[in-house]
Amino acid sequence: MNPRIVIIGGGTAGTITANRLSRVYGDDAAITVIDRDDRHVYQPGLLFLPFGLVDPNRLVRSRQAQLRAGINFRLGEVQRIDTEAERVMLAGGEEIPYDVLVIATGATLLPGETQGLTGPGWQERVFTFYTLEGATALRDALRGFDGGRLVINTVDMPIKCPVAPLEFSFLADWHFRERGIRDRVQIEYVTSLDGAFTKAVCNRELSGLLAGKDITVTTEFNTGEVDGTGGRLVSWDDREVNFDLLVTIPLHGGGEVIGSVPGLGDEIGFVRADRSTLQSSLSPNVFAIGDAADVPASKAGSVAHFEGETLVSNIQRFLRGEELEGSFDGHTNCFIETGFGRALLIDFNYETEPVPGLFPEPHIGPLRLLRESRLNHLGKLAFEWIYWNLLLPGRPLPGISDQMQLAGKQLNLLSTK
Amino acid sequence: MTTTTPLGSPIELDPEGFFLRPEQWDETMAEPIARENGIGALTERHWQVINFMRHSYLTTGSAPSIRTLGKASGVPVKELYQLFPKGPAKLAAKIAGIPKPRGCI
Ligand SMILES: Cc1cc2nc3c(=O)[nH]c(=O)nc-3n(C[C@H](O)[C@H](O)[C@H](O)COP(=O)(O)OP(=O)(O)OC[C@H]3O[C@@H](n4cnc5c(N)ncnc54)[C@H](O)[C@@H]3O)c2cc1C
Repeated sequence: MNPRIVIIGGGTAGTITANRLSRVYGDDAAITVIDRDDRHVYQPGLLFLPFGLVDPNRLVRSRQAQLRAGINFRLGEVQRIDTEAERVMLAGGEEIPYDVLVIATGATLLPGETQGLTGPGWQERVFTFYTLEGATALRDALRGFDGGRLVINTVDMPIKCPVAPLEFSFLADWHFRERGIRDRVQIEYVTSLDGAFTKAVCNRELSGLLAGKDITVTTEFNTGEVDGTGGRLVSWDDREVNFDLLVTIPLHGGGEVIGSVPGLGDEIGFVRADRSTLQSSLSPNVFAIGDAADVPASKAGSVAHFEGETLVSNIQRFLRGEELEGSFDGHTNCFIETGFGRALLIDFNYETEPVPGLFPEPHIGPLRLLRESRLNHLGKLAFEWIYWNLLLPGRPLPGISDQMQLAGKQLNLLSTK
Repeated sequence: MTTTTPLGSPIELDPEGFFLRPEQWDETMAEPIARENGIGALTERHWQVINFMRHSYLTTGSAPSIRTLGKASGVPVKELYQLFPKGPAKLAAKIAGIPKPRGCI
């Protein structure tokens, strides 16, 4: 009998996985993708939406339309997973059996977990751009904002695309300068981390940029409470930051369904998985990919892309009864939009933090790592086309390998601590 | 960086004073480290967090965040800040003899 491969989640990672599997198996596997809705949002576009730089409708396409012919798309909410009986249960009671299960349920935003965050002021002076609705409402609020304290707050890690809040701060600076009111707006970036970014070399570069744009950074601030009426962020150790407009990046957790299986996820609901094979630590025929996995890599679409190759080859190995291959190295590649039509690019993995250099070709580039350039900005814009046309179909990206390359990188900058 | 304990066994610490090798730690070291970091006597509640911290690190290879501590250690976040003022995750890690927690990228 053909193996039955069931994928929960038809977002970036689930779609990539399904299309890659369909290409290697053709009709020799029954591939099913389950998602609760048929609206695939290009999430990187949410960064630009609040500034009126992109139309919300342009960011949404049908999930099903991104899947190759032959892949079975099911609309439904997965409510339970039974790893013993090897089946998933949909709301309404239907059961879908699997031989291999791929969990690609992404990350869930949990604004309700921070006291007061969704209370008075929510969607009036407290917004998030991490959802389509939130980003659209924030766009309208920014239009009417003509002075005061804008605070961008990352409540806690992990979050999707950890550089997005910084990019938002840079774009806000640009936006208010264009409107000629920058001198009336104070921008403050408040983070739970002990620096703008966790990796030293990159942190130096980004801190310099923030200072140059007159963006204040407050670190090690663990938000305990948001007071929307009084316009106050209060930390667990009783520090306060005042705001007129708050842009929050709420807590993230794994899907609720992960918690339905004891031992499948960690304390905040991300699937415990081997960081190089992506196999779940609970069941050998369960795998996790993308934001849903608790591997110590960034939660980014580029990561899901680089993981795709490892996952699909390991599913094949598993079904043939062979040993798995630990080939995922934590490779992450992100453009960091810095405003004024410029961007930085970072490329790193589990072992090597982001450093300057040339990418993807050593000595040639044409993209420059960790330095602002116009070309990097064009790369960021081109990512939208690449996302729909290469990434989701599960095709390789020209010139960019799944494993991170050391060539072209200024590794001498890494201190030997 | 290597220092030597009063009992003479060498310990490897990072520049901020976190243990690089958890196996070099033992329970008698907790009180002195706590005192050095401005915490008085360690109570049962402190130990609950310290033990949870060590156990998580030794089983998962990474130190829990404040949020995870608040959810899983049995001590709510507000109390964590009372027990370990300023940075509960970092302070408890230091006292528990495990490497510095890194905020996940
Ligand atoms: C503002 C912003 C900017 C970003 N910028 C970038 C960028 O520049 N570059 C980059 O690489 N990445 C970026 N990202 C991150 C990127 O979008 C995500 O990492 C990526 O989409 C993760 O893919 P995923 O498949 O794991 O999760 P998702 O794409 O979120 O998909 C998860 C899917 O699972 C479904 N699902 C979950 N639970 C269930 C259930 N129980 N039953 C049925 N269906 C379920 C959901 O409906 C969803 O469709 C950005 C993200 C944001 C929010």
